Formats: sequence, structure tokens, C-alpha cells
Amino acid sequence: MGDLWEGLTRAVWLVLTLDPDLMEISARSLQVTLTALVIATAIALPLAALLSVRRFRWRRAVIAVLNALMGLPPVVVGLIVYVILSRSGPLGVLGLLFTPTAMVIAQVVIIVPLIASIAHQSLRELWQEYHDLLISMNVTQWQKISTLLWDGRRALLTASLAGFGRAIGEVGAIMIVGGNIDNATRVLTTAIALETGRGDFALALALGFVLIGLAVGINLAIHWLGRTEREGRW
Amino acid sequence: MTELFPLVLEGACTRRGGKDLAGPVDLRLEGQGASIIIGPNGSGKTSLLRLIHGAARLSAGTITWACPTDTARHHQAFVFQRPVMLRRSVAQNIAYPLRLRGVGRRAALDQARDWGVRVGLADCLDLPAPVLSGGEQQKLALARALITEPRVLFLDEPCAALDGAATRDIETILADAKAAGTRIIMTTHDIGQARRLADEVIFLLHGRVHDRARADIFFDAPATSEAAAFLRGDIVQ
Amino acid sequence: MTTRGPMVALACALLCIVSTAPARAAEVMRMAVTTSFHNSGLADVLLPQIAEDLDLEVQLLVVGTGQAIRLGEAGDVDAILVHSRSAEEAFVAGGYGTHRREIMYNDFVVIGPAADPAGLREAADATGALRAIAEAEAPFVSRGDDSGTHKKELSLWSDAGVAAEGDWYNAVGAGMGAALNTASGLGAYILADRASWLNFANKGDLDLVFAGDPVLFNQYAYLPVNPERHPHTRHALALTLEDWLTSDTAQVLIDGYTIGGETLFTFNADQGAGQ
Repeated sequence: MGDLWEGLTRAVWLVLTLDPDLMEISARSLQVTLTALVIATAIALPLAALLSVRRFRWRRAVIAVLNALMGLPPVVVGLIVYVILSRSGPLGVLGLLFTPTAMVIAQVVIIVPLIASIAHQSLRELWQEYHDLLISMNVTQWQKISTLLWDGRRALLTASLAGFGRAIGEVGAIMIVGGNIDNATRVLTTAIALETGRGDFALALALGFVLIGLAVGINLAIHWLGRTEREGRW
Repeated sequence: MTELFPLVLEGACTRRGGKDLAGPVDLRLEGQGASIIIGPNGSGKTSLLRLIHGAARLSAGTITWACPTDTARHHQAFVFQRPVMLRRSVAQNIAYPLRLRGVGRRAALDQARDWGVRVGLADCLDLPAPVLSGGEQQKLALARALITEPRVLFLDEPCAALDGAATRDIETILADAKAAGTRIIMTTHDIGQARRLADEVIFLLHGRVHDRARADIFFDAPATSEAAAFLRGDIVQ
Repeated sequence: MTTRGPMVALACALLCIVSTAPARAAEVMRMAVTTSFHNSGLADVLLPQIAEDLDLEVQLLVVGTGQAIRLGEAGDVDAILVHSRSAEEAFVAGGYGTHRREIMYNDFVVIGPAADPAGLREAADATGALRAIAEAEAPFVSRGDDSGTHKKELSLWSDAGVAAEGDWYNAVGAGMGAALNTASGLGAYILADRASWLNFANKGDLDLVFAGDPVLFNQYAYLPVNPERHPHTRHALALTLEDWLTSDTAQVLIDGYTIGGETLFTFNADQGAGQ
């Protein structure tokens, strides 16, 4: 209990004093995760829509793989990205290892299956509803996809937020590919792991509380933005 | 203007899972008036309608429009028994087909509002479509079908789930559309509705055209005993 | 109609966040260091001075010795600072590093429950201390992660002639801090470097029970990665840093670094050697 209380008070103190280190790693957490989220969403949503409307030979297999990848341990993703980006790896010449870009790549790989899988489930239902009408209107593949994405945007927002939650709280993969370098790739989660390693539970908890606050804040902000849109009533 | 008719079906047949849903059908349709397809449940009315529209797979035979099939499909619209509501406002639902055809957002919405008013949805143009009543949804579906000014309008039992007032409103809209030159091909199980709207009647039995005649002739003196029995209200097998 | 304002605002906010922060120094290099070195806090004293003297930002990758060596072999860092002599010599012999330069040493200590059930405080030397743990079958936590500390521990068990196995021997496969946390929870003995121990905040019932045997000295060495094998490495910067680490400035900072009044490191670089 003592650690919890001390952690909470220190969290409040760090936030109130606008602790520069805290501000920096929080901003970096947001930068990495939001970038990853934008990229992952841009990949996952059209993929989910395509899987909903298009019957192709490997469709079932792709869906099964996506569902399986959802449960992939981030640390394995981290290791694979690490090996690929390492100077001795196939993409080593890019020199991306231990940079925020590498962390973004790892997070994209982790959350694309999650977002695509959740999005696919809701888009599939929507497609069953719309199927007859759109077929009758003789729409193109692209029009099908854009109609589903637009009309399903509420459910898709939820899918994206699930991806955000997973990415912002992820530590295993970005620790490996980012290296937790002070002033360069340290983010909230890796800082928490570091402080836990030093046995400073109170500071680790304080950072944890800041992380929770950040995640909740972003969720509320996005929901609020969604509500201000007049069409978003379903 | 491109001529779609005559439309000729020769041995046209649609199957699913090895079972004939409709056909083989030989039929020649000319370009005017309202053809009403009637027949007992399971006689393949919906399947035939979908087959002609191109929404059901042609398993055998041919369907030939007077123009290329793609062009013909461009000038068709289909209204379902259970209307599909896009999760958008009423006006945006009606505007949707125009948007698909590349009409600008504002122009499409202006036209949609006109059509909404015309079918009696003036008060609910900005409501989400899924909250409308069954009759209102069907009016929306009609407006959405008519906004592209189709040459042919297919309707699959459009009033099956509606009350008298809504049915009358819809029949009025259909009569107006017909008067404006839209070719109507419609199924119904409501003999009264068939009498009110039909120029000609196609009587379907076991997936085949069993009888076909001008409406006045069909209703006054049906040529086949099955059609007569059906009109009397007997069970026809 | 759609209110696009908020979406545009969100997009702008994203762009602002995504634009990266500027670098703090003119030059940047990467060095892999061991957890024990980083936990000592010495880096927090040295790095700002390096930035000031050399206008060089040294980015630290804090890992175990095993991983530090791997990073160097792969060319993912420009230099490594570790403490496992045999692994370092193999690194240079394999052509991965240009040379090995000793910088400083600290020492390992044995930590255990304050009550000291195995009686380590009476032990004459390090091997005796380990033998006492094994004989008492008192719980012992091992890093088990192929780190320098782990390698040191294994060589000590081997010197003591004891097979490190049994219910009392817990290999946790974790870093120094995590292993200390485990030892604290189990009330177990553990071999730790003095710096990590002094900086460890969750001591609980643990206490220092054995130290001082010269065999426990822990030599740190600096190894630049070989630019012939990895041409992209910033070898010139690595050499500049080596000069600094063996300079008088570094000596003053290293020898003067204390925690709770205790000196942690002893500078022992041969200032005549090197490049």
C-alpha cells in the first residue's frame, strides 16, 4: 500500500511540476504510438473491408492468420523486427535500429492484426446488411469498400482505439528495437520497466499512473471528437 | 437515348445448390407499362425478378437486352421487400446512388431533398434512416431508386409488410413513375394491388411462366385453370 | 453535414507530435553498456561532462554483457563497455573489436537476508562464502542471463567446487534489478555488483553479507567496434570517447563518485597505452 500511495503522490507531483523528463518521454510515447496508429489504421481498415467484400482464394487463410497474429507476443515481433533492422540484418543499411522509427514499425506490426480483425468482424456484419443493395446498384469494389468504411466508422473508431491501447502500453517489443536510450528512445513503458529494475517501485508506479491518465485522456478526446460529428449517431 | 427493350429471355434459369429457383423461362418484354409477376409462394417470383435484374446468377439460357448488359444495368433500379437502410441520414441515403455516379456532394443532396419531399419524407430528411418506420423506409427506398431516373424499376413485394395508408402512398408514387415513362416490373402476392397497377400479368408456377396476358383479360377470363384457381384464392400446387 | 473542424485539429496535433525533437549535441554515437554500470548512476555523471567537453551525445543501450557483445558483433553500436574478460578477448580475437582498453573496476558483493542463516559473514573468502550457501542449501538467486555478473557467479561456483543446482538455486533469467527484487521477495542470497546494490531501492530485509575478496573485483573494459567489419560505425568518435574515458577528467569523476559515502569505482586505465 505504501508504494501505491507514494506512487500516486509522486505522479501528481511530476505532472504538476511539468517535470521535463516526464514531459519528454510522455511526448515520445504519444509520438511513437500515434504515428504507429495512423499507419496501422491506414493499412488495417482497407484490408478489413477488402476481406469483407471480396471472395478470393486465400481469404479464409488470411483471416485465420490475422486472428492468430492478434495473440502474437510483442516480444517476438520485437525480436523479428530487431533481427531485420540490425546492421547485420537485411534492412541494416537503413540504420533504423534504436530509433523511434523502429519502434513505430514494431508497433504497426503488433496492432495491424488487432485492428484489422476487430474491424473485419463489424464490417462483415455491415456487409451482410448492405450486400443486396450494393450488388443491385452494381457498385465497384472500391465503392463497396469506401461505403463500408464510412458507414462503419463508429465501430472502426473502436477498433483503432483498441489498437491504441495495445500500442501505448506495449513494452516488450519497443524495448528490444528501441533500446530504451535516454533522450532518444525512452518512452513511458520502457521507463517503467527500467525503474522497476532499479527497485524504485514508487517512481515506476508514478509513471504507470501517468500512462493510464494519458491513455484515458486520449480515449476521451477521440470519443468527444466523434460525438461532435453530427452524423455520428449510430 | 439508348433503347433497352425488347428484353428477351430464352431458357433462362437460375439454380442454387442444384435446385432450380426459377426457369427455364422464355419471355419477351416490351418497353412500356407495368408487368406484375404473381404466383403462389415458392413459385420463383423473387428469383425471376433478381435474374432479370442481374442480381441472381444465370445458370442456363440467355437474357438479352436491346443494348449491352452493362448499359442496361446502369438504367435499372431495384426495390427490395425489406428495404436496406444505409447508416446515414435520409437525405444521404437518397443521394447515395447519385454520389456513386459521380454527382457532386451538394448537387446530389439538393436532388435528394427534392425526391424526399416528393415521396412524403419532407419532415425526416435529416433523421438517421434506420429509425424510420417500415412505410417510410420503403418510401426512402423508392426515392433512392427513382433518383437516378431508371428506365426500368424492379420491385419485389414492396408493400408486403406495410399498412394500407403506406401501400396507397407507394402505389401513387409508382403510378406517377409509370406515367413518367418508367418501365415497372414487380412481384406481389396481393391480387388487389396487381389489379390496380398491372398492364400485363405474368403468372408463375414452379419457376415457369404458366400464363401471361393483358391485365383485363387475365383477371376477367384467365386462360388456365391454375390461374383461375389462384385468383379464386384456392391453394395452387 | 460533417463538421470537419475537429478532425483537422486532430490531424494538426498529430503532425506536431510526430515532428521529432532536435538532437542535443553535434555528434551522436551509441555505446552498449551493462546493466550494472548503468544502475551505478555513474553514467549520469559522465555523460553530461562528455557532452560538454566533446559536444558528443553518447546514447546508452543498457543490456547484459551477452547482448552487449552481440550488439557489437552485429555493428548496431559503435563501442561497448562491459566486464567479462574472456568474452571481451574473444570479441577482439574474432575481429569484431579493434582492441580492449581497461578503464576501471568495481567489485561484486554477496547480498543475503540480514539474519544470514548460512553464516556468510564468517566466511574467509568468496569460494568459502558460496560453499556455505550450498551446504546450508539456503535459497540463492542467479541472474541466469549470460550477463557478466552471471558469468562471474558461474566461475565462482566452479572455483568453489560446488554444483550449482537443486531446489535452493533459482536462475531467474533477468537483469540485476529484477533479480534483486526476486531475492528480496524470496529472502535469498544473490551475487550483485556493489553499484547496483547501493542504488537498489527495494532492499527490504536484505543486507550485504560478504565482500572484499580480490577475486570479486570486476574489471570494466572499453571496446570500439571494428570499422573494417562494420564501415558505418562511428569509429573516430569511439576513439575520441576512449581518449576522454582514460583522461584525467574521467579519473577525477570516476574515483570521486560515491553513493552514501562509499566509493564505487576505481579508475585503473593505463594512460600510456591505447591508440
